[in-house]
Amino acid sequence: MIAPGTPVRVREDWPETRGRCHIRTPHFLRGATGRVDRHLGDFPNPEDLAFGRPAVRLPLYHVAFDASTLWADGKPEAELLVELYEPWLEVLP
Amino acid sequence: MSDLPERDVPRAMHDLGGVPRYMCEAIDTEPHELTDFDREVDAIRQILGAKKVMSVDELRRGIEALPEAEYLRLSYYQRWTRSITAILLEKGVFSEAELRAALETSA
Amino acid sequence: MTLAEIETGALLGALRTLLTEKGITNPAEIAERIRITDTASPALGAAMVAKAWVDPDFRTLMLADGARAAESMGIPMRGMPPLGVLENTPEVHHLVVCTLCSCYPRAVLGYPPFWFKSTSYRARAVRDPRGVLAEWGTVLPENVRLRVVDSTADYRWMVLPMRPAGTEGWSEQALAALVDEGDMIGVTLPEAPSGAVAQAE
Repeated sequence: MIAPGTPVRVREDWPETRGRCHIRTPHFLRGATGRVDRHLGDFPNPEDLAFGRPAVRLPLYHVAFDASTLWADGKPEAELLVELYEPWLEVLP
Repeated sequence: MSDLPERDVPRAMHDLGGVPRYMCEAIDTEPHELTDFDREVDAIRQILGAKKVMSVDELRRGIEALPEAEYLRLSYYQRWTRSITAILLEKGVFSEAELRAALETSA
Repeated sequence: MTLAEIETGALLGALRTLLTEKGITNPAEIAERIRITDTASPALGAAMVAKAWVDPDFRTLMLADGARAAESMGIPMRGMPPLGVLENTPEVHHLVVCTLCSCYPRAVLGYPPFWFKSTSYRARAVRDPRGVLAEWGTVLPENVRLRVVDSTADYRWMVLPMRPAGTEGWSEQALAALVDEGDMIGVTLPEAPSGAVAQAE
């Protein structure tokens, strides 16, 4: 379990390039650094549900990102809160 | 909108957050009434989900598999209809022959 | 003709026929489902907002567990996704979007509006939230921080807007009438008839 306030980096991975998949991690967050806001609960992995495969329950987190770090014209006064599943998050030291 | 260099990333076509080509596009804020077609497609999707025939995740995956030109051309519920048809075929709920036969009789 | 070329109206008719033949559903059940779906509308969410404005205990419940709060008001939530409620303050304004598709708190707001499902809204909300608000003529003071919530997973999100000034002593019913779907997604602010909105610090 990742505690609130923990800095995390979204994995820089592109499953879209390796064939059929269903990803709920937006492209603009891959490789981005954010901060866990809170654990939202555990839910079955949609990447598996989308193909009718047995789905493991995964921790889901609300993660906060400073919009100015995501795009060159990202707004400094804007924060993004995005639901992300644990396997997509790397805990930063 | 500025022409800032964007990272060249392999984005799936439905993954629209921050995509430059839409950043200058106006938003149609007017209400648009749902049609009978829309309501029926929506209802069928709910029923298929409740009866565990097809999940919302499968629906989304089917929509995401549409060719980009189709995705942009079709209305919201037209995309759903194409996805539901493809997913139910894939899962063997009915065969293509049965589908074509049903199209003949409905015509 | 390939399947991809078949017109979707015809496909819907075929689906209806096949699903009935297979005993999966039937026109009567579909019609009932349409009827039930139509009972959800922004009025449900507005009633929750109004109650939160007058009842601090309900506000606490709504922020902690939106589904339980909705159920306590008789809104059916069984089998529905968890409902997250985002509280606006004088310092923070929330905006809800689903960049990947159109996830929307349907149980308390009804069908999502056309604009919420549009490519332009989905693309722009995360990257230019003030520009998006401007499409509705909504302008926030510069010191207000925007929090854009992208509904990527199992939760559905609604905004609890601030109560407009000049509504002291109003009934819940009158307060609810001030709140529309745009207010609960974050593209607009509820306004009292005098035009007064909630005051930012």
